[in-house]
Amino acid sequence: MKNNTLNKRSNINAAYIFLTPALAAIFVFFFLPVIAAFLISFTDFDIYALGDYSNARFVGIDNYLKIFSDPLFWKAISNTFYFVIMAGPLSIMVSLLAAMILNAKIVRFKAIFRLTYFLPVVTTLIAVAIVWRFIYHPRFGILNYLISFVGINPIDWLGDPIFAMPAIVIMAVWKNFGYNMIIFIAGLQNIPEHLYEAAFLEGANAWQRFRYITLPMLAPTTIFISIITMIGFFQLFAEPYIMTQGGPLNSTLSIVQYMYQEGFRWWNMGYSAALAFVLFAIILIGTLIQFKVQRSTGE
Amino acid sequence: MKKYFILLIILTLFNSCSSNKESKTVLTFWAMGAEGEYIQKLIPEFERRNPDIKVKVQMIPWTAAQEKLITAYASDNAPDAFQLGNTWIPQFSALNAIEELSNYVNSSEQIKKENYFEGIWDTNVLNGKIYGIPWYCDTRLLFYRADVLAEAGYNEPPKTWDELIDCSRKIKKNFGKEDKYPIYIPTNEWAPFIIFGLQAGSNILKNNDSYGNFSGNQFKESFTYLMKYFEEGLTPIGISQVTNIYQAFADKYINLYISGPWNIVEFKKTMTGKLSNVWKTAPMPGYKNEYPGASLAGGASLVVYKKSKHKKEAWKFIEYLSEPQVQLEFYKYLFDLPAVKQAWSDTLIQNDELIKAFEKQFSNVKPTPKIPEWEQIAFSKVQQYAEIGSRKTETIDKALKNLDSDVNSILEKRRYILSKEK
Repeated sequence: MKNNTLNKRSNINAAYIFLTPALAAIFVFFFLPVIAAFLISFTDFDIYALGDYSNARFVGIDNYLKIFSDPLFWKAISNTFYFVIMAGPLSIMVSLLAAMILNAKIVRFKAIFRLTYFLPVVTTLIAVAIVWRFIYHPRFGILNYLISFVGINPIDWLGDPIFAMPAIVIMAVWKNFGYNMIIFIAGLQNIPEHLYEAAFLEGANAWQRFRYITLPMLAPTTIFISIITMIGFFQLFAEPYIMTQGGPLNSTLSIVQYMYQEGFRWWNMGYSAALAFVLFAIILIGTLIQFKVQRSTGE
Repeated sequence: MKKYFILLIILTLFNSCSSNKESKTVLTFWAMGAEGEYIQKLIPEFERRNPDIKVKVQMIPWTAAQEKLITAYASDNAPDAFQLGNTWIPQFSALNAIEELSNYVNSSEQIKKENYFEGIWDTNVLNGKIYGIPWYCDTRLLFYRADVLAEAGYNEPPKTWDELIDCSRKIKKNFGKEDKYPIYIPTNEWAPFIIFGLQAGSNILKNNDSYGNFSGNQFKESFTYLMKYFEEGLTPIGISQVTNIYQAFADKYINLYISGPWNIVEFKKTMTGKLSNVWKTAPMPGYKNEYPGASLAGGASLVVYKKSKHKKEAWKFIEYLSEPQVQLEFYKYLFDLPAVKQAWSDTLIQNDELIKAFEKQFSNVKPTPKIPEWEQIAFSKVQQYAEIGSRKTETIDKALKNLDSDVNSILEKRRYILSKEK
């Protein structure tokens, strides 16, 4: 008995020893910077301060107040929400649809399709964005060429403030749906076949089987996917950074891009850090809401 | 087996240690883009002349250069000497990152103020102190299609504001309903907006560069003038129509463009055969009777890291790069326009009409405001409001007023620093 507890204790000690390097690394490379950034967000740390620390001023919550009266921040926030609200559900629907098709028994060459749909996910975003910029080109782009057959006048996809964000949404959905699709396929394969057989015998049609079996059984997967997708999409950066640089008229400026510009282009570290914490708060609230929704509908 | 392996590792370690123990001074130098690549070829000659110095060059891309240099400075890893865009000098001097070079220049045989174009040299001087040595220089002027201009009745390039817009209108008329434009003034390039402002006599900022002066009469006049090009359809609105300037020039999609020497190589590559004779360069048209009109004093400078342990060697290297012969080498391969005037008398330059326009232009170049915030003001604010003006989402008066108030808020810190210095 005594021997056993001793063993346990030494086990715990051993565990600590093994964990220490990882914990230390997380502390040094994650927690410390976060704490430092939090402190910096209460100062006006900028390029003058980088040269001479005494040029930094403690400004209290001024940065946060400034954020809320900054029209560019609101522009960036509304752009980001616009993107998340459009791209999020669309991406989930497309990936679910693709997963259902690939999971259907009648489809052949599944591996090839799965691979093709997944390919955009692993392709470098830079390359993808450059190709899409050509697709969207107002004079030479293939998209305008295709829609000209249905009699639509050429659209300046990336150059028109109204169409720029939808253009980014389409590209982002295309780029990302493969990843969610794979997770959905895994979810679909976990649904016991006998449920469908029973429903079929009871006379449920395809829609009813989807509505009352597939969707509820996929709920945990869907919640997981929507949280991951939402967090990912809130951090929208590279797509507009490469395709439009936030333009035209800042219609594709995302919150992360704004943060990057303020921080690493103009070295307004204090303001940029404050932006980061506002973004953190938004994502946290979004995630909590999703958990709540899941809890109330899941049971 | 294992023992031998360990022995091998130990041996290699010793080996690498001993090879580092040479008595040579290792000088680190960072250069951007093509210069970083090409400079490697000129190092052997420098090392031959200075056997005790070994130069290690690192190439960094222009797009990431500023971030990399500032981060390197913040972590005290900056190179002994490096290349800087001359508009970045105020920033790096505010950072306390670059050495003041006045004493070096005073005692130098090679580097003297009078060897350089005045406007270019001036960009390296802050409050009377020299912080950088011009390496190569650039400015912006007119690139134009002589054939299209001739059809519009302009056998000579436009020399004044009035001629420029008149010429554009005539070209537009000749094109009729064709989807083509006389000129290209992209709103994601701040330079033309500032150039015309400077020409109209605006000092861009006021009160010791601590407040914006964009709604001042001079700047407003130039801004209103440029907005006419958008209103009358003389230039495309938005920047997505033209992905490739050279192709657009070859197609006559655009026919006048305000740009710099970095485009010459590409133009030469694209405009071949019959097209090779139809594009030309000319100095900027001027406000009223001034010709050539003012343009920007651009270029890259060489600077020494303030905490470098090898400042003397770094200076030697800068002197080497400032020799007319070495400068010409860069011109030959990269079309970097020499900052040293002696190099310009070489036949290589004198026989090239395209380049000679630049020589004329350099007689009238002005610096942008020499403050660390300038990059942010130009790239984020001037471009933002140029776009707003071109799309008419705000009236000119309102756009310029908002531009001023945004710029004033950027300059708040500068006003604080200035008040502290008093």
